[in-house]
Amino acid sequence: MANYEGPLPRPDKDSEPYWEGTRRHELLLQQCSACRRFRFYPRSLCPFCFSDGFDWRAATGRGSVYSFTVVHRAPSPAFRDKVPYVLALIELEEGVRMMSNVVDCDPARVRIGMPVVVVFDAVTDEITLPKFKPAPGTPP
Amino acid sequence: MARDPFKRTVALAGVAESECGHGAGLSVLQHQALAASRALDDAGIAKSEVDAVLAVGFQGLPSVQIAEYLGIKPRFTDTTVTGGSAFENLVEHGALAIAAGLCEVALITYGSTLWSDRRRVTDGGGLDLTAPAAQFDTPYGDLSPISAYALATTRHMHRFGTTSEQLAEVAVSTRKWASLNPRALVREPITVDDVLDSPMVSSPLHKLDCCLMTDGGGAVVLTSAERARDLRKSPVYLLGSGFSSTHLTIGQMEHLTSTGAVESGRRAFGLAGIKPEDVDVVEIYDSFTISVVLALEDLGFCQKGEGGSFVQGGRLGPGGALPANTSGGGLSHTHPGALGIFLIIEAVRQLRGECGERQVPGAGLSCVHGIGGWLSSHATLVLGR
Repeated sequence: MANYEGPLPRPDKDSEPYWEGTRRHELLLQQCSACRRFRFYPRSLCPFCFSDGFDWRAATGRGSVYSFTVVHRAPSPAFRDKVPYVLALIELEEGVRMMSNVVDCDPARVRIGMPVVVVFDAVTDEITLPKFKPAPGTPP
Repeated sequence: MARDPFKRTVALAGVAESECGHGAGLSVLQHQALAASRALDDAGIAKSEVDAVLAVGFQGLPSVQIAEYLGIKPRFTDTTVTGGSAFENLVEHGALAIAAGLCEVALITYGSTLWSDRRRVTDGGGLDLTAPAAQFDTPYGDLSPISAYALATTRHMHRFGTTSEQLAEVAVSTRKWASLNPRALVREPITVDDVLDSPMVSSPLHKLDCCLMTDGGGAVVLTSAERARDLRKSPVYLLGSGFSSTHLTIGQMEHLTSTGAVESGRRAFGLAGIKPEDVDVVEIYDSFTISVVLALEDLGFCQKGEGGSFVQGGRLGPGGALPANTSGGGLSHTHPGALGIFLIIEAVRQLRGECGERQVPGAGLSCVHGIGGWLSSHATLVLGR
């Protein structure tokens, strides 16, 4: 873990609660207190209704693959021993979409619409990346 | 629709590249300077007449820097950083300034050493580490920008049944054009199988679905129609323009299969008072084969979802019904990181009838479409004689 060489997020004023949440194995999303819509990525006002009121809510962690690509050429040396891996856009039950990896799954099995659940990958003491694996019961 | 702000009042009077490719060994400023001096020569306009500089491609204060380097004190300037489509924006902005009487001769320049610097650009280098993309995309091994276009491709295939074979036809047709262009970096003809057999980079995009990486520079000289009247070469006029940005990072794109080209195209065609079927030659930002398919659909050259079958049968190639990317485009001519200026240069040459073996006979109307970021920003121009 101490040797993790991949690119790490640098939390900022908007995202600190999000990254603190993942460290506790919680996937937190902002929900607008005016229009009630969820949003991703975290920001200081609602991109739909422009309200600055929001609450952090724990997502169910369930979602589905909206689209995916199997990366064969490593973007940096840190990924050289990881290729090929699945980079995906995950649509969460709350309606937001986020980029992540589909793990614990043969890349050839990944399909659009495939149900997935969040898993937490503590890559350093500070940073835990939410990733996704096939939902239990997904046919191979 | 707004009144036509251009009415053939603004001309593209000069165009040129620097030395594009892998071997020139020029700096960013040298690329810009070489392209600028060639474009002014092409126009037959003296440097002393330039009173506006619009530039991107140099870190810091690009237009102010290039003006100083060239010894120009402009009274109008613009640097618009929208990615590779910036030059279509700069033509629009320069033309508006000329039409408004703020300046008379506008020089647009670009230079890049992407190839020479390539080891620094594949890992999201240069992104502010707190930027949304750096926090929420890069940690997952996003091979930027290729993976974003790959995600859009997967979705397009899922929704519309588009195939890798169909996408490969874009690369094949583009390479045919390149084989007719002595300036193109790669000119050896390829087949659909060559594309499918090339290494997978970020599925479903193969190496030959992806643009080149080169060094290079380009320049365009804009002036008033009045000033252009007695120039050596016949002017090409700006007839319409449009812009739309819908998101920056790919996770924020509402539908991966529909882009800002819908809006930018509608506006550009509306201002020009023409329809896609009137266009003789298109120059579309071919960063990837999927980019061309999406833009053809969204600009209205075919129906949404039909882009895959539309590009089959050599339609985009030499002798095809819709000649596209006639220089060889970003896939085979050159791609120093931002392609937009080279699309404009080629369109002007086609409309002037200067393209030799690759000339589209009687080309009178061209549509140029730039794409920036992760299918993020779209800028369309309609040019005509």
